[in-house]
Amino acid sequence: MPDSPDRPVRVASGQGFWGDWQEAPKLQVRRGPIDYLMLDYLAEITMSILEKQRERDPTAGYARDFVDMVLDLAPDLVSEGIRVVSNAGGVNPDACRDALVQRLADVDTVRPLRIATVRGDDLMSRLDEVLAAGHELRNMETGEPLSTVRERVTAANAYMGAGPILQALRQEADVVVTGRSTDTALTYGPLIHEFGWKADDWNRIAAGVVAGHINECGAQACGGNTLFRWRELDLIEPGYPIIEASADGSFVVTKHASLGGRVNWASVTEQLVYEMGDPTEYITPDCVADFSTIRLEDLGDDRVRVTGVEGRPRPELLKVSIAYRGGYKATGTLTYSYPDAYEKAVAADRVLRGRLDRLGLEFDEIRTEYVGAGACHGPLAGPPDPSVPEVELRISVRGEDRARVKRFTRELAPLILAGPPTVTGFAAGRPRVHEVMAYWPALIERDVVESVVQVEVTEA
Amino acid sequence: MKVPLWRVAFARSGDKGDTANVGLIAFTESVYPFLVDNVTADKVKQHFKDICRGSVDRYELPNLRALNFLLHESLGGGGTVSLMLDAQGKTFSAALLRMEVDVPEELVHEADEVSGWSERLE
Repeated sequence: MPDSPDRPVRVASGQGFWGDWQEAPKLQVRRGPIDYLMLDYLAEITMSILEKQRERDPTAGYARDFVDMVLDLAPDLVSEGIRVVSNAGGVNPDACRDALVQRLADVDTVRPLRIATVRGDDLMSRLDEVLAAGHELRNMETGEPLSTVRERVTAANAYMGAGPILQALRQEADVVVTGRSTDTALTYGPLIHEFGWKADDWNRIAAGVVAGHINECGAQACGGNTLFRWRELDLIEPGYPIIEASADGSFVVTKHASLGGRVNWASVTEQLVYEMGDPTEYITPDCVADFSTIRLEDLGDDRVRVTGVEGRPRPELLKVSIAYRGGYKATGTLTYSYPDAYEKAVAADRVLRGRLDRLGLEFDEIRTEYVGAGACHGPLAGPPDPSVPEVELRISVRGEDRARVKRFTRELAPLILAGPPTVTGFAAGRPRVHEVMAYWPALIERDVVESVVQVEVTEA
Repeated sequence: MKVPLWRVAFARSGDKGDTANVGLIAFTESVYPFLVDNVTADKVKQHFKDICRGSVDRYELPNLRALNFLLHESLGGGGTVSLMLDAQGKTFSAALLRMEVDVPEELVHEADEVSGWSERLE
């Protein structure tokens, strides 16, 4: 909590996706003062993975790493007054809360932790009811109504904005666990709460959205994945971004001084353009932010000031992220060595495809790539170098019939003895068959979601 | 002088469904107008002709001296449907930087000071 009205509110980023660096949240909490720790776990496809886990186990379906992290940090959170805001709840925020309550019983803190859970984003359990009420959930890209794939849908979640996070913070939650909140709301929710910005203060909320966009990919704003003077950076223990926000909506992006990486105009600009669509129309549930109004000022010493952000009124509709079963796929790889590595890999591909043909195996797609010979950039990489030390043949198939995809996975290993020479890289065994989860973006009226959102606070 | 884009700009790319985005950022204020004039949506479409099956949109961000490109139908269906090694277009930034542009020599040298190439080329 800010102790004086002039002190900025510090929102630190601790995770940019599920699977991000486990040490980052601890370093954010322990290497310097912060007020809030935001942890983003959810990408477009994460919800369907979590839904699959919940199908098998009703107490699963959230980011389990998060529970370990909160347990480890609980004494620090209480003593330093740091609050955690996270979408770790996935498709089962209640189960996440239950796990926290159970395991926090053994952790010694001077007072209990207040844990808030946010429910209501999950449309899966009432999908037929929603469709029957006339919401067609048409695919934003193709225009098709969801009824065409209804039987294959595995997860459907609306993107919630800051509303429920604000409710939770007003009820003095130490830890806020949401489901499908937008990544940016995890940062601007706390800012609206601290500064009391009005719901139609579009410019300030848009500034919070920009802050959230900078925070949501972790170290990417601090020199991670940067092309700008990347050789100069020490990324063994990289800093993660910290937003130092002021009541007027301006803020400074920085990092703890003792951590590596770099915050400068380049690192912040790179993150700003990451996954950018139309920059004048960055749509969130709480406003539309205009990234063409952002002003950056590099203050040196790993500090960049952001001012001038303008926003427009929030949209009438909320985005819904839907996943549906889209068949099966598998990828196999083999490595061919010098000399003529590329030529051997091409010959092996020809043999493999010939065998698939004779087996009568057809797929929706077969794709061959040559890693080390243009797999990333295609013909832009120029012709393959005949003296390249090795080339990895990477061949993938996708189709509706699981048995056919599985049969394909048995055709890789035979190439070792019954294919072109000097091949290795098969120690991992047969490729695994993966179920494809296709993505279906749609829109829905706010009321359908907001009328059922619930915030519950539990002490642990 | 003719130089690859990486001499005067850097970039970051990512995905939204089957669309890849590439944000191209000029090293210096003086180079940015050359990017605006030379790195058009049509040229980027031509550059990515073997990767991008759809159209290319371009947005200008003079405040960040950046251009944002959307490359539609470029990721093999996107998400988990895609069979591509780079299903999220993470390396498209570097692919765009292969493009050749014509920039006055003194501006290239100015950019080299910012990018660090002046030290590396010595």
